Amino acid sequence: MYNLPKITSDLDGKHMGFAWGPGDILVYETLHKASGASGSGSSFIHEVRKDEDIYSPILRKLFNESHHIFVGLQTIREDLPSKSRKPQFVSISKNYRSVIRACMEELQQVAVSTKDGEASVCCLFQVSILLAIELIWNLCEVLFIDAAPAGSLLLHLLDWVRLHKADVDEKAREVLQSDSPAEHRDYWDVVVSYVLQGRLDEARQMLMKQATLQPAARNMYKLMDTLGTQTLTEFDVKWRHWHEEVDRCLQDNSFASNKHLEIICKLLLGDEDILLDHKELLGTWYHFLVTRLLFCHPTVKPAELHYYAQSCMTMFLDSRSVPEPLDSILLAAFEFDIHQVIKDCSIALNNWWFVAHLTDLLDHCKLLQSHNLHFGSNLREFLLLEYASGLFTHHSLWQLAVDYFDHCPEFGRVYLELQIERVPLDTERKALKVLRICEQRQMSEQVRSICKIMAMRALRNNRLGSALSWSIRAKDAAFATLISERFLQDYCTRGTFSDLDLIDNLGPAMLLSDRLTFLGKYREFHKLYEEKRFTEAAKLLLSLMTAKIAPRSFWMTLLTDALPLLEQKEVIFSADQTYELMYCLGELTSSLNSEATGTDRPMQVRISTYSLNPAQITVCKIKAF
Amino acid sequence: MFVARSIAADHKDLIHDVSYDFHGRRMATCSSDQSVKVWDKSENGEWHCTASWKTHSGSVWRVTWAHPEFGQVLASCSFDRTAAVWEEIVGESNDKQRGLSHWIKRTTLVDSRTSVTDVKFAPKHMGLMLTTCSADGVVRIYEAPDVMNLSQWSLQHEISCKLSCSCISWNPSSSRAHPPMFAVGSDDSNVTYGGKVQIYEYNENTRKYGKAETLMTVTDAVHDIAFAPNLGRSFHVLAIATKDVRIFKLVPMRKESTSTGPTKFEVQTVAQFDNHNSQVWRVSWNITSTLLASSGDDGCVRLWKANYMDNWKCTGILKGDGSPLTGSSGQPTAMSTVVGSSVQTSQNALNGMSAGRIGKRAPFAPPLRQLTSPKIYQHPAYY
Repeated sequence: MYNLPKITSDLDGKHMGFAWGPGDILVYETLHKASGASGSGSSFIHEVRKDEDIYSPILRKLFNESHHIFVGLQTIREDLPSKSRKPQFVSISKNYRSVIRACMEELQQVAVSTKDGEASVCCLFQVSILLAIELIWNLCEVLFIDAAPAGSLLLHLLDWVRLHKADVDEKAREVLQSDSPAEHRDYWDVVVSYVLQGRLDEARQMLMKQATLQPAARNMYKLMDTLGTQTLTEFDVKWRHWHEEVDRCLQDNSFASNKHLEIICKLLLGDEDILLDHKELLGTWYHFLVTRLLFCHPTVKPAELHYYAQSCMTMFLDSRSVPEPLDSILLAAFEFDIHQVIKDCSIALNNWWFVAHLTDLLDHCKLLQSHNLHFGSNLREFLLLEYASGLFTHHSLWQLAVDYFDHCPEFGRVYLELQIERVPLDTERKALKVLRICEQRQMSEQVRSICKIMAMRALRNNRLGSALSWSIRAKDAAFATLISERFLQDYCTRGTFSDLDLIDNLGPAMLLSDRLTFLGKYREFHKLYEEKRFTEAAKLLLSLMTAKIAPRSFWMTLLTDALPLLEQKEVIFSADQTYELMYCLGELTSSLNSEATGTDRPMQVRISTYSLNPAQITVCKIKAF
Repeated sequence: MFVARSIAADHKDLIHDVSYDFHGRRMATCSSDQSVKVWDKSENGEWHCTASWKTHSGSVWRVTWAHPEFGQVLASCSFDRTAAVWEEIVGESNDKQRGLSHWIKRTTLVDSRTSVTDVKFAPKHMGLMLTTCSADGVVRIYEAPDVMNLSQWSLQHEISCKLSCSCISWNPSSSRAHPPMFAVGSDDSNVTYGGKVQIYEYNENTRKYGKAETLMTVTDAVHDIAFAPNLGRSFHVLAIATKDVRIFKLVPMRKESTSTGPTKFEVQTVAQFDNHNSQVWRVSWNITSTLLASSGDDGCVRLWKANYMDNWKCTGILKGDGSPLTGSSGQPTAMSTVVGSSVQTSQNALNGMSAGRIGKRAPFAPPLRQLTSPKIYQHPAYY
């Protein structure tokens, strides 16, 4: 009974079909449940990929080197007291960051030197992403890993800001190299920038260019000198004292003559409005935050940070602009909300690299409380699995992924099993590489499967030796039997063996299957014959039949092989052996139908003749004694 | 997301199925033009058609690869009421140089009285077994006892599902704790006939497949069905394409030692999405079951992901531009990928990154603004 499917007549509703592939999806246009009456052909299949990061040759270094750091981190001894572990973790964090920086620099160079406009844009884009990543990572290092207490916290934050605002140095260079620095249009910008970054020494140096011109500047110079390089323990007291003095200078108009110096004085006092006047030099709200803390609350405690952070962000960004993802991430960091940081980073970034490695590090620092879920016993594992799975689609980076899976205790193994068996086995070398990985981890089913695939492939291409060797490795007795049969068939048709090396060196693998054992022994027989060790050859030949190692179908061939031995001048087969040969022949003839054994009778007769040969009997008689 | 390349499929009619082989280096396409094409991916990523031949006397609905352990084997099913098994023959060397290969038919399965709507190989640990389902409501399971002789297939099981079948999916789990199991979907549109998804399980004692479960909450026509890869879990996850996308969790309940019947399951609805706002035609899992893709009447392909807390959300949308299929000289229809994990467009990228100590710096400018949030659809790389 035919059931005619409905024919959809409207072509407006076009459907999409798809198929999952390794690292991509194939998508094509179709119409489901149409009988094809539309007659439209020539549709396209589109290969859609998620991201290209893993294909970037420069980012590859990032993946390779961070893999190295990751593996090192996993092997840090857990039993050391946390006091000695912290510096290790900080050092590892710095290693990660230096890898990011190296990558950035290389990308920047390529962007600058390439003539390809599109590639340049792409590289610069990558650079900006990495810059953001490094910025966030650095802050996380300061706040979470190093966990600086009040006092050194500010110093670290200052370092952080300085690292990410290095354009000041270049400007300063320009200014200093000019004929008269103090007249340079950027001169005051540089001085102010130094002040904003708390680089008072350098600000002083710059001001020295002015000092000869303006007496007021000398006072400023003096003030900065006082602040200088105090240790933070004494800082609070000294700072307040200093702060009062600066205030006094301002009140008594010491700097009234020079507008710039007055501004600087107000900055040193942490005047919000004046600070905000310099938005352009500050550049970012977090620079504003750190500067404000420097001049208003230098002994800020970690727990107080988020109050200042929030208010600074609000003050700095005008009412129209919406906080960008980066801003929310940094804010979450100032609030010490690690989970929020990770979550927001996962959302904002395409590649899991950053969140996976950072989370792993934070987990080692014991900063993550574990949330239980079936998808990996904690957040760290979830992210590592995501990252590593992404690597697996790459033709060489997949090997890095293996180590990541190894360190995911709950689902790492099963993820690895699922993905490693999909690695295309393009060459024997690659197959062996994959196998080694599976064997090291006792993934016996994957080992068997890969060997079987290779064996099958070899067999289809008539490479029997390769097929046999893979079957042996797969411990696949059935397949080994099948291939041995083919070898034997080949021998029957061509009279020679192929792949002698392999068969001659089977060793204990011979025992995998009966047919394989026979193949090996039969070849041994041939070798003995070639070496003219006829007696041993004869003995072996006979045993192949009597011990039932040889399949019945091959006995005819074996008996035929016996003939030249019987025809030798010297007696090779003893009387007993000859009788056994006849017995085998008899067995063979009785199990075969008459048509197939036309040649039997002559053979039987020949053997009888030989045994009746007086000479032989004589010899046998002698042998018997 | 972006389109890496577009392949001109060159079928003379609609393509109904595209299937990647196990390693993702070959693919097969089938069409209403009654042919199947096999494509090979070269080292530089280009696809070349290495075989194209007529396979049936009606539209070919589905094509599928056997596991490479069994060699290079394909199965196809068609409106012409048959399913067929094909094997690639290693050709002459000059064929290989020209990049061609030959496929020959090993067997035709003619038991069905109606259009064969789906064909799937069972998981490899069960041997070389092929399953078909037809519009006549029958699921047939065939086995090739000798994998070196693909012309011999025997019909091992014939299961009548009473409703017209549209799709089957095997549970890929090879765990000893899970007997062989498959799910069948029915596209019968009469809602009074009850559940449109049936789960069958193999019974060691009776040596037969018995019905273990019917998903009664699925009452509309089912167009596609897919078990997720198992990942060593004790429960099973099944995705269904019906008037919406549904994901079910099947938790085996503990069996009494005396029980000889099929496993009882506790069925939980994990997720239900009606974003396609129309019939959903296909669902399929990626290898690690972390992503589910679906396509629907709205002409979109949607990606679904469970986050760290096991909440499912749409994580990407692929949309065709809706222009009609063009003729033989046609341009590929544009793909606008409206997925918003990090934005790939360059416009926002470059506002003033102070490039630090890295050689020449970008112009001094306002703050870092590279990580702009996705513009249109909030479907991020879901955490």
